[in-house]
Amino acid sequence: MSGAERPPLTPRFRGHYGALARGPPNTEYRACMAFVLSEENERELTEILARYPNKMAACIPALHLCQNANGNWLSPDAIQFVAARLELSPAHVKGVVTFYSLFNEHPPGKHQVWVCRTLSCALRGSDEILAHCQKRLGVGVGQTTADGRFTLRTAECLAACGTAPVMQVDKTYYEQLTPEKVDRILAGLAKD
Amino acid sequence: MLKRTDYLTKNYGKPDGFGLSAYEASGGYRAVRRVLTMPKEAVIEEAKKAHVRGRGGAGFDCGTKWSFMPKPGSKPHYLVINADEGEPGTFKDRTLMEQNPHSVLEGCMIGCYAIGAHACYIYVRDELHLAKQRLWDAIRQVRAKGYLGELPFGNNYPLEIYVHTGAGAYICGEETSLLNSLEGRRGEPRLKPPFPAQAGAFGCPTTVNNVETVAIMPTVFTLGGDAFSKLSELHAWNDGGVRLFGVSGHVKRPGIYECAVGLTLRELIYDLGGGIEGNRELLGVIPGGSSCPVHLPNEVVHVPNNPKFEMFNGRSILDLPLGVDPFRTVGSMLGTCCAIVLSDAADPVIAMQNLMRFYKHESCGQCTPCREGCGWLERIFDKVVEGKGTIAELDQVHEIASNITGNTICAFGDGAAQPALAFVRKYRDNFEDYILNGGRSQTGRLTV
Repeated sequence: MSGAERPPLTPRFRGHYGALARGPPNTEYRACMAFVLSEENERELTEILARYPNKMAACIPALHLCQNANGNWLSPDAIQFVAARLELSPAHVKGVVTFYSLFNEHPPGKHQVWVCRTLSCALRGSDEILAHCQKRLGVGVGQTTADGRFTLRTAECLAACGTAPVMQVDKTYYEQLTPEKVDRILAGLAKD
Repeated sequence: MLKRTDYLTKNYGKPDGFGLSAYEASGGYRAVRRVLTMPKEAVIEEAKKAHVRGRGGAGFDCGTKWSFMPKPGSKPHYLVINADEGEPGTFKDRTLMEQNPHSVLEGCMIGCYAIGAHACYIYVRDELHLAKQRLWDAIRQVRAKGYLGELPFGNNYPLEIYVHTGAGAYICGEETSLLNSLEGRRGEPRLKPPFPAQAGAFGCPTTVNNVETVAIMPTVFTLGGDAFSKLSELHAWNDGGVRLFGVSGHVKRPGIYECAVGLTLRELIYDLGGGIEGNRELLGVIPGGSSCPVHLPNEVVHVPNNPKFEMFNGRSILDLPLGVDPFRTVGSMLGTCCAIVLSDAADPVIAMQNLMRFYKHESCGQCTPCREGCGWLERIFDKVVEGKGTIAELDQVHEIASNITGNTICAFGDGAAQPALAFVRKYRDNFEDYILNGGRSQTGRLTV
């Protein structure tokens, strides 16, 4: 079907997911989307797609790629982009996004701080670490600091029980924490 | 019996110990060269002789699992490695992927060959960024060397290994849910049958193995299956070789220790772990990840009418060898062999509340008994800690937990119900103290 046969997509008709939610995914509509990947990321997406026997399997890696390219969150446009590229319904992709806890549907702060609070860490003082983070950053769990620099979160078991208590900041683990160590880590990140 | 070994851990902690040169210098990639020239049936036979029990928690014999794969047909076969390590207390697979990634890759190659697969996916949880990076680096190194690709080591058996990443869901450690997640769906477990060996990843025959299970395979083929199995004290129980033991919580030296199978909890806590922090008394120990029932130090093994068990009867549970079958026979679970130790400074009621919050958070929500039951249990424990609980509600824990057990698609429900039942039964006095006296004589905290 050529583009001319369809009614043009006007902003009036585009709901949360646009008209795509009502019809089969169609790559012709890519032009309508606000979300695009850089050339380098496009190359990586092609590489990801080559790893799997079908396109659906690339769903989670593709969402990670888009999330990283989009300031650590997945906008409705990004979800629609992944759906169109992988020939899935946006509802499927949205279902995947809401199932997994590491996909953000709202923009987080520049640095995301996860403090593990499951039993092994709790036995070695994660409550104190979490309380210290809250006090130092001045926010509660799940909140972002006013300057948009940090989002504080709790994590369930980060698989580093032998070096508890543990927190993860962005992609790095910090282990055997003490309140002083947390101060040094957060102070270092507040500068960059 | 305490017998430390270093087949997997010899390069741990060394700078560049995770690199290809260090791995090859210690005999790496020799086993797979030999395996690729053997007939497949011989590879599976050798693996069976080694009695490698699955290291992910279920303890199923690895060679037997491989033998369930159908004969090569029209559909491709897949090997999927479960590296979605997230069981509270378990942290062994992360050390393997970060500090010995090449043993994982060599194991994957052996596994692929044994089950007739040409592609292997390693499903790593997203949080383990360093592990993913080390695995990808290792894959690139060996591909450049020609160990992977069209002609690995010059044999006409194309092999590819890919790292796939999750996105933060404990349930994806369940094998069918992991397969759903690999296929790009929500990570909800599938009904069995069909088992993955018939219809797994992408509807094709698939074997799902734990990271440690495959990582030990190069050692199995270096030593020979029988010799490997005999390293274990439980060789007669078909539980062979060496494995990684972890200990965390209130011990002086928490960490990962590689030992022959047959180690006891007492040796793990007092010899390897260095004893209880602050020289306190032991309150309880969870033997292998939080889904196993907690054990008190005064528990005595008693299994009547079982000739195999006569030698263990009358011993403390702390002196029972950590093997899959001994722990199953006493009604417990070995799980991943990574123990969580609680000293008498810890409040068992708060510990239970902590664990139940975890299970409530991680239930995927597919089956009603687990989705609702975990929430109800969490609320009951919250009320107990706040001093608003009742004895009737404590009894209700048994009812709810029994109604979760066996009524769900996957084993997550059982894994959530078992610790609740064990804690409430074994620490009943502490729970009642919270209800009757507001927990005045309890410590009210978890730290030493």
